[in-house]
Amino acid sequence: MAPPPAFVWTRRIGLTLLGIFTFLPLYVMVSSSLKPLQDVQAAFAWLPTRLTFRPYVDIWSTVPLGHYFVNSLVVASCSTAISVVLAILAAYAVSRYRFRGRQLFSVTVLSTQMFPGILFLLPLFLIYVNIGAATGIQLSGSQLGLVITYLTFTLPFSIWMLVGYFDSIPRELDEAAKVDGNGPIGALVRVIVPAAVPGIVTVAVYSFMTAWGEVLFASVMTDDSTRTLAVGLRNYASQNDVYWNQIMAASLVVSVPVVVAFLLLQRYLVAGLTAGSVK
Amino acid sequence: MPAAIDTARSRASAPRPEPPSASSPRSWARIRRAGLPYLLLLPAVLFELLVHVVPMLVGIFMSFKHLTEFFIRNWSAAPGAGFDNYRFALDFNSAVGRNLLHSFEITCGFTVLTVGVSWLLGTGAALLMQDPFRGRGLLRTYFLVPYALPAYTAAITWEFMFQRDSGLVNQLLVHDLHLFKTAPFWLLGGNSFWALVVTAVWRTWPFAFLVVTAGLQNIPGDLYEAAAIDGAGTWRRIRSITLPQLRPVNQVLVLVLFLWNFNDFNTPFTLFGNVPPPQANLISVQIYDTSFQNWNFGSGSAMSVLLLLFLLLVTAVYLLVTNRRRKAVD
Repeated sequence: MAPPPAFVWTRRIGLTLLGIFTFLPLYVMVSSSLKPLQDVQAAFAWLPTRLTFRPYVDIWSTVPLGHYFVNSLVVASCSTAISVVLAILAAYAVSRYRFRGRQLFSVTVLSTQMFPGILFLLPLFLIYVNIGAATGIQLSGSQLGLVITYLTFTLPFSIWMLVGYFDSIPRELDEAAKVDGNGPIGALVRVIVPAAVPGIVTVAVYSFMTAWGEVLFASVMTDDSTRTLAVGLRNYASQNDVYWNQIMAASLVVSVPVVVAFLLLQRYLVAGLTAGSVK
Repeated sequence: MPAAIDTARSRASAPRPEPPSASSPRSWARIRRAGLPYLLLLPAVLFELLVHVVPMLVGIFMSFKHLTEFFIRNWSAAPGAGFDNYRFALDFNSAVGRNLLHSFEITCGFTVLTVGVSWLLGTGAALLMQDPFRGRGLLRTYFLVPYALPAYTAAITWEFMFQRDSGLVNQLLVHDLHLFKTAPFWLLGGNSFWALVVTAVWRTWPFAFLVVTAGLQNIPGDLYEAAAIDGAGTWRRIRSITLPQLRPVNQVLVLVLFLWNFNDFNTPFTLFGNVPPPQANLISVQIYDTSFQNWNFGSGSAMSVLLLLFLLLVTAVYLLVTNRRRKAVD
């Protein structure tokens, strides 16, 4: 049955407006990153008059962007790797076994991912500073310290989402693995994990994205040598001239990897985000 | 929502009966079996303790201390404060209490607006795109881009767009559409609130769209077929089938959107730096400033505990009311 014309027109107009709203910032990002500095400092021009790729060259020298990039990469990868491994083990236990404390564990995991980050930031910062004062191990400002704080949000999310995935894997697979002479760990490694690869990849990508875009912890827990992109980009604002063209170029460069990953895995991410309650 | 999902899950993974065992090697195997889940959980539990439970306890402990910059490196020497920090934060005649109350009100307004508009846009777009048309798949992917973008790059781009003299917003509103006589400042004063809401909505609505789209796919097709036989039109079907069927999805969605936006730090911090205009001072930034600008950790901790209590209260009431309504409807 064809939808009535009123509906078709509502759809055209509505989706066009939303499309424009979505488009404007993306357009500003791309077009401004290709303009020379004078042009971004003058009134905004819809069509760039002069195109240049200079901003994409200059971003690497105006601020230590490469350095920030590496820091973000290290911190996001480590926190993702740790939380995925821990989550696989924990999710297997929660999904396949009944034991005392299972409910408590699930509820704790679910509720902590909804708590405000600031609640964990203050005590963690203070704990780090005091560990540093007592033992000389500097966690505040170190990458290790930041990785640990990032687990506050990557870990509960990963566990929660993987439990959902493991639940969707038929139990017959476990039984078959047992018949083949595998123990519980053998079943996990040889059967469940391979079957859950899409879920595991999704969880990993999502954790990585969240860590990559995190600002609150990074603004407190990093120093000049461990700055991540999220905080480092702000250093542009402290230059004498605000190089908006370079900022836009840098924003684009740091966004493209995660946006591409997200869109490629869109199907899995959507399934995971909506099935596993959502984070 | 958590409880509902969890019971559903428990049912899915019903316990298997343990085989009875008498001999000692068998019972050793049973102990190992019973211990295995705990062994698997151990690393996760240790980290949960390390990053969640211990910091929360420390946070509550800190909120009862006069923990100023003199004691940050040696917290055990900080004098006890009793409920002083809480009294201080809730004394609305003092500057601190007034600021906290003000940023609480701003945050409530910001959250209600952002969640409401994002939900409307997301649901609207999902409904309009329910029936297939040419280019639908591509458009869906396109709408998700703002959500996939790292939060801070989105906010930085909006910051540039809101610049008074070189931004797109004033070019569009003042020079192209002539809606204002003089170019307004968007990142200062009262306008900053709207700048914040627009930026947050831009990033949030695709998530609502994504969740509602997935929810729509779970509505059984025969409901629509039955409605078509009864001669119900498009609008009628949306009102009597789609929206009621979406209620469980919306229950979770609205809660998650609320919690995210109420706790949002990334957007205001990136848009305004660490001293936002008072009209756009969200509560996370207010607590952050109390702690890291004024170095009053005791007071900051008390505020975050109050924030947590408020969120728990709202979540509990929300779940209670929506579950009761759902039962009444069923």
